[in-house]
Amino acid sequence: MAGVMKTPSAAEAKLAADYSGVRAALPGNSAVGQLRDAAFDQFKQAGLPTRRVEAWHYTDLRLAMRDVLPLAKATRTDVALNTLAPAIADVDSIRLVLVDGFFAPELSDVACLPKGVSVASLADVLAKGDAGLMEALSAPGMGQNDAALALNTAFMQGGVIIDVAPATQVATAIEIVALASDGAAQAVYSRSLLRVGHGATITLIEREAGGASHAQQRNHAFVVSLADEAQFEHVFVPAPMSAGSTHVASMLVTLGAKAQFNSFTLTCGGGLLRRQVFMRFDGEHAKGQLAGATLLQGKDHADTTLIVQHVAPHCMSREYFKTVLDGDATGVYQGKVIVAPGAQKTDGAMKSHAILLSDGATMNNKPELEIFADDVVCGHGATVAQLDEDQIFYAMARGLPKPVAQSMLLEAFVDEATDRVESEPVRAYLTGLIAQWLKARGLA
Amino acid sequence: MAAVQETVDRVKSVDVDAYKYGFVSDIESEKAPKGLNEDIVRFISAKKNEPEWLTQWRLEAYRLWLTMREPDWARVDYPKIDFQDIYYYSAPKSTPGPKNLDEVDPELLRIYEKLGIPLREQEVLAGVQERRVAVDAVFDSVSVATTFKAELAKAGVIFCPISEAVHTHPELVKKYLGSVVPVSDNYYAALNSAVFSDGSFVYIPPGVRCPMELSTYFRINEQNTGQFERTLIIADKGSYVSYLEGCTAPKRDENQLHAAVVELVTHDDAEIKYSTVQNWYPGDADGKGGIYNFVTKRGDCRGDRSKISWTQVETGSAITWKYPSCILRGDESRGEFYSIAISNGRQQVDSGTKMIHLGKNTTSRIISKGISAGHSNNTYRGQVLAQKRATNARNFTNCDSLLIGETCGAHTIPYIEAKNASAVFEHEATTSKISEDQLFYCMQRGLSAEEATALIVNGFVRDVLQQLPMEFAVEAQKLISISLEGSVG
Repeated sequence: MAGVMKTPSAAEAKLAADYSGVRAALPGNSAVGQLRDAAFDQFKQAGLPTRRVEAWHYTDLRLAMRDVLPLAKATRTDVALNTLAPAIADVDSIRLVLVDGFFAPELSDVACLPKGVSVASLADVLAKGDAGLMEALSAPGMGQNDAALALNTAFMQGGVIIDVAPATQVATAIEIVALASDGAAQAVYSRSLLRVGHGATITLIEREAGGASHAQQRNHAFVVSLADEAQFEHVFVPAPMSAGSTHVASMLVTLGAKAQFNSFTLTCGGGLLRRQVFMRFDGEHAKGQLAGATLLQGKDHADTTLIVQHVAPHCMSREYFKTVLDGDATGVYQGKVIVAPGAQKTDGAMKSHAILLSDGATMNNKPELEIFADDVVCGHGATVAQLDEDQIFYAMARGLPKPVAQSMLLEAFVDEATDRVESEPVRAYLTGLIAQWLKARGLA
Repeated sequence: MAAVQETVDRVKSVDVDAYKYGFVSDIESEKAPKGLNEDIVRFISAKKNEPEWLTQWRLEAYRLWLTMREPDWARVDYPKIDFQDIYYYSAPKSTPGPKNLDEVDPELLRIYEKLGIPLREQEVLAGVQERRVAVDAVFDSVSVATTFKAELAKAGVIFCPISEAVHTHPELVKKYLGSVVPVSDNYYAALNSAVFSDGSFVYIPPGVRCPMELSTYFRINEQNTGQFERTLIIADKGSYVSYLEGCTAPKRDENQLHAAVVELVTHDDAEIKYSTVQNWYPGDADGKGGIYNFVTKRGDCRGDRSKISWTQVETGSAITWKYPSCILRGDESRGEFYSIAISNGRQQVDSGTKMIHLGKNTTSRIISKGISAGHSNNTYRGQVLAQKRATNARNFTNCDSLLIGETCGAHTIPYIEAKNASAVFEHEATTSKISEDQLFYCMQRGLSAEEATALIVNGFVRDVLQQLPMEFAVEAQKLISISLEGSVG
């Protein structure tokens, strides 16, 4: 929508000033520079997303970003990796570490990458400006009108590029550990890319840690391209941030024919998180599943927005999200399934279930269907409710104290989502984090 | 099988273009000059001999309208409307105020006969229990006749054109007009407030169960006119009324604008049941002509334990932009919305409801069935909201879409917002085509593809049809098969 140019907010003006200040220093050749300029122009036109932007109806980033924090600098490698992000029990993984968004090879297991997997730093790739890579990085046709994503393109500094050669079966999980150095309040813009070749298989865990003591403005984009018959298991665990922080975590995924994608996001609150996933089915007979659990309390705000585009026929998509809200927290679920003309035999099902634990909590659900093909089966369900008093009574009648009974029921509620994670030890790790959250809440 | 056969026969009997109310009637009419400005607003007000406060109210609305922007968020697409190219007032020419039906232009009566609307009060035959319906007929900008007035008056029910109510019951009109849909509510509501010409006014006194169904029948006849009717229904404490609304328009190549406002108010323990069969001219198969139906309908459950129920069968209009809503203000109040929206040809429908839960223990239910065929687009857009103090708010929503043919679209956009921990909201939606298995099953038992589709579609919308008053249900069922003609088999 060509809106009337409004007066920029203080933050928008500061972003413009910052951009012209740092533009020359941002990594990339002249082609990348042009890409950044075009993206920043787009951002300037749109401004920070407000409620008036339909896709951001429940998350007012303009309101939340009153100030602009200074851009992170790539100097820190002195972080306590193993304290901040201890290894996940029983999960054999290769770690790729980002510090404040910058790829840190010295902290990463680059020496022992499995055969067929190659890794590069975003800054290096941008400096070379290879046209094919640039195109892959910009995920053409996805999230084009998203101002937050445009901001990411304009400011992206660090990140990691992972390539998996065709037919490679990666047995060990790859872990991208994104650490915040915690020294000061800062803004982090990063973008990573994963390309999985024909028939290759990979499991990747994205974890964030640190950054709880100072306000952060994170804007991270992860672009994933799955070739035909590729398989990708994905888990994302953003770190809780301090109040006043904002985090836009975008993921843009394209699936080739018969590709399989399974993604799970566990959000345990902290500040404002916008999780947006753009998933597009380009080839026939592909399957994609997005699942997640969100646990919020205090003044947390978490927004899960999914745009699922069925372009090719015979594909299957599943979305399954559980939200638990306490305190004055706000949960948002927006899921849009688009079936393009000709995408016949699409099978799509979407579910969002939320439990409200307190009167201050708010849940906003907006599951959307946009369908232009007739031979499809698409559905969605959304519920908002409380814990069932009868079930609590039943558990208490058997001798469990009320908080334990509540905790047990909540765990069971959330487990229905975590069950969708394939790997047993990863699932154990996630349920451990959920138990911790419940315990901290004083329910266990 | 009799019913199915009847539906199929009906489909076959209608002419090629299927729209049977598309005739134009030659009625001499009196029009205001084309275009819109303060003088036109004053002209309309003067024509109705309105009191000064209403003229001022209109003018304020007009001035506000000038500052507003046309909404563009709906999933509909149409060329920009030239608001200066419309006649805002058109009335059949007649001797001043017909005293009774005999004085009404016989041509007019014939039109309504043709439409199947009885304007003559039928005497009840001895021994035959016939359900009677009181009708208010609105032709272009004015109400031409209201039946059964005397009998309704005996029960204390006021049922008259709103232009008459302004004079006979100014205190009620002044109190309620614009109290549910404020002038500033939206672009079309503001426009309607400035230029509305007629519509029905209903007041049901405390404790009265309205002795018969009330009905308003809208007809657009003149070329280039817009229809801007305004309906206001008030159900006082413990009363009940069932109200039906029907509408048709001639076939014309240009688009015509219909921007109505309907306001419902229920006090403690009162109930309003509002049913609509919307059958405006939908345009031809290429999308030429048809009515733009931009309507604001809202009910306010002001009293405790009050109830408002909307039932709509939407088959007509080139573009529909309509969201009958309920504000559940009173404790234990209830809102219901049952809808069948059928689109064919190049029709665009963006319709749904809002259930705003404000009071305690409020409940709402939404059943929406959308059927799209041809090149049409059919969108359900709805909001369910529980405010902080709406303890124990309950909602159940079910919206199903059926697609017939591969060039149409069906969309669902619900907004579900819970700000109260004791709210329980359930929402489910499905989109599919008529199952091959079901078709096969029916055809195996000897039905033709056409019969089988009619049977399945009727089953698909049954939940909603059951909510309609009897007369309407039969009519609606036939309408559904007509609307889908050409898309089946």
